[in-house]
Amino acid sequence: MLLFFLPVWFVFAASTQEAAALSRGELSLLPRMAGLGIYYEVLSGTGEGAQGAVWPMLGVSFAMALAIAGGKLVVSVLAAYAVAFFRFPLRLVCFWVIFLTLMLPVEVRIMPTFELVADFGLINSFGGLVLPLVASATATLLYRQTFLLLPDELVEAARMDGAGPLRFLRDMALPLSSTNTAALFVILFVYGWNQYLWPLIAVTDSDLQTVMVGIVRMIGSEGQTYWNRVMATAMLALVPPVLVVLAMQRWFVKGLAEGST
Amino acid sequence: MSARLELEGLSKAFGRTRVLDGIDLAVEPGEMLVIVGASGCGKSTLLRLVAGLESPSAGRVRLDGTDITARDPAARDMAMVFQNYALYPHMSVFDNMAYGLRIRGLPRAQIAAKVEQAAAMLGLEALLARKPRHLSGGQRQRVAMGRAIVREPRLFLFDEPLSNLDAKLRLAMRVEIRRLQKSLGTTSLYVTHDQVEAMTLADRLVVMDAGRAVQVAPPLDIYRRPATLHVAGFIGAPPMNILPGVLTAGGAAAVAGGLVLPFADGRRPGEEGRALLLGLRPEQVELVAPGDPEPAHFTVQVELREPLGAETILICRLPEGQALSVRLAGEPPAADLIQIRLPERHLHVFDAASGLRLDPG
Repeated sequence: MLLFFLPVWFVFAASTQEAAALSRGELSLLPRMAGLGIYYEVLSGTGEGAQGAVWPMLGVSFAMALAIAGGKLVVSVLAAYAVAFFRFPLRLVCFWVIFLTLMLPVEVRIMPTFELVADFGLINSFGGLVLPLVASATATLLYRQTFLLLPDELVEAARMDGAGPLRFLRDMALPLSSTNTAALFVILFVYGWNQYLWPLIAVTDSDLQTVMVGIVRMIGSEGQTYWNRVMATAMLALVPPVLVVLAMQRWFVKGLAEGST
Repeated sequence: MSARLELEGLSKAFGRTRVLDGIDLAVEPGEMLVIVGASGCGKSTLLRLVAGLESPSAGRVRLDGTDITARDPAARDMAMVFQNYALYPHMSVFDNMAYGLRIRGLPRAQIAAKVEQAAAMLGLEALLARKPRHLSGGQRQRVAMGRAIVREPRLFLFDEPLSNLDAKLRLAMRVEIRRLQKSLGTTSLYVTHDQVEAMTLADRLVVMDAGRAVQVAPPLDIYRRPATLHVAGFIGAPPMNILPGVLTAGGAAAVAGGLVLPFADGRRPGEEGRALLLGLRPEQVELVAPGDPEPAHFTVQVELREPLGAETILICRLPEGQALSVRLAGEPPAADLIQIRLPERHLHVFDAASGLRLDPG
């Protein structure tokens, strides 16, 4: 706990110091109450050394992370459902192709991805920001495993009851993998939130700048770095993922209890 | 509501393995037909073909004359009770039972009425709000039954529904299933490997072996006249005693120890020396008391006594080393050696080569 919290505390304490003190390397472990105003300044983009408001950046980051996590879940559920429950030609081939993409993270395929997105005219758009990050082999894999764990008899009972494929997905497969969904959502949200490279090159428009890109821009650009602003922004960037984890925690604890029969 | 089910030349092969080999069967309206057989005989596959969960390699399934071979399970109007109950774990008992009705788009009030009626029939009223994981095995079984009943299907399919229950509960549920099926009058196909269950539940019994229906008849007919050696060994507990013998010139059987048994119902066809297997139910072996006017056939060694209260089973050994079980009423006096007689009128005669029943002719 202490090991985890100490750096966070450092960041928090540093964010309340005066910029000049920080650049001299003086770091106090006690937060300076008078410096708390920096959070307002950072959010609204006012005060000394302001480089645009962080508030909209948080919004963009949040929307992007949400869209990435949501999109990934939808795509993965559908892909995994198809691979797990339907017999179609080359089913295993499809599965392995999906699996192989695990080995090609965004950074590796960034040039072709950029070109593709540019060809679609999606550069500097929210869609362009999100779409290339939406496919997820990991989530597909995890969903497939969860689906395969559903007993055959359950599937058959639902079929006898007259549930078609989509109905089964909605009424059985999804509720029964809610633990999986909650856990994945958290992981994928944080993944989306932490994206740096792709938003950096896909978006130049400041309206669509994410917090992660914003923080880096604050450092080292145009001479002086206002470290208190950087630290405050970093603190702020920490909040949404933490909230999401806390919110989802309830769900996967409940899900765990549901799953055990 | 009761439907007539007909199976015509139903076959199923998985790759090269033939699981079902040309099954012809008719289940009459309101009848409880029980399919019994050892594991791997194809009985569950047969049920799944009827349900539409698998499609046959050949043959037809007809319900009230309509060919439903290619129909989707949902469109067959059948309900199935599974071995592991297969309840929806995230739904309450009520929702489990209501699910099929909701899919069929019934009005809410009607669903509630039907579910409550079925719940009352099964004594589940107090449990409707619970999740399956809070129920005991017997209660889950009831819910599975309830789920089948509320749909008011044309056919019930039971896939070894009692095999996960303990012995006492199994007995109680068996009675209940029979009672429900009779009062609802729904045509039913019931698969089990338990011959007692099969005997007690069935209007007619189908004994399956290696993908074929070996014998189809009322349970007692099968008990009294098993068509093959396999059926004879499968139906009845403890199983029928089987003694090797040969056909004599006079059409009687010669068994071990030079004993010749004439057949009460007439001589059996075939050449002298034809290898036979003679079956005798344990309860039909006669104990010869000292001073009995009729002579004993064998003196046998009692190896084990199994007192069951109302009856006692003696596991004995013939002088030639052949095992023989004897079922006697009450508690016979303990003795190491007993004298027995094999009454001719109760003998079942089978051809040793084919295993088929050999009738007089």
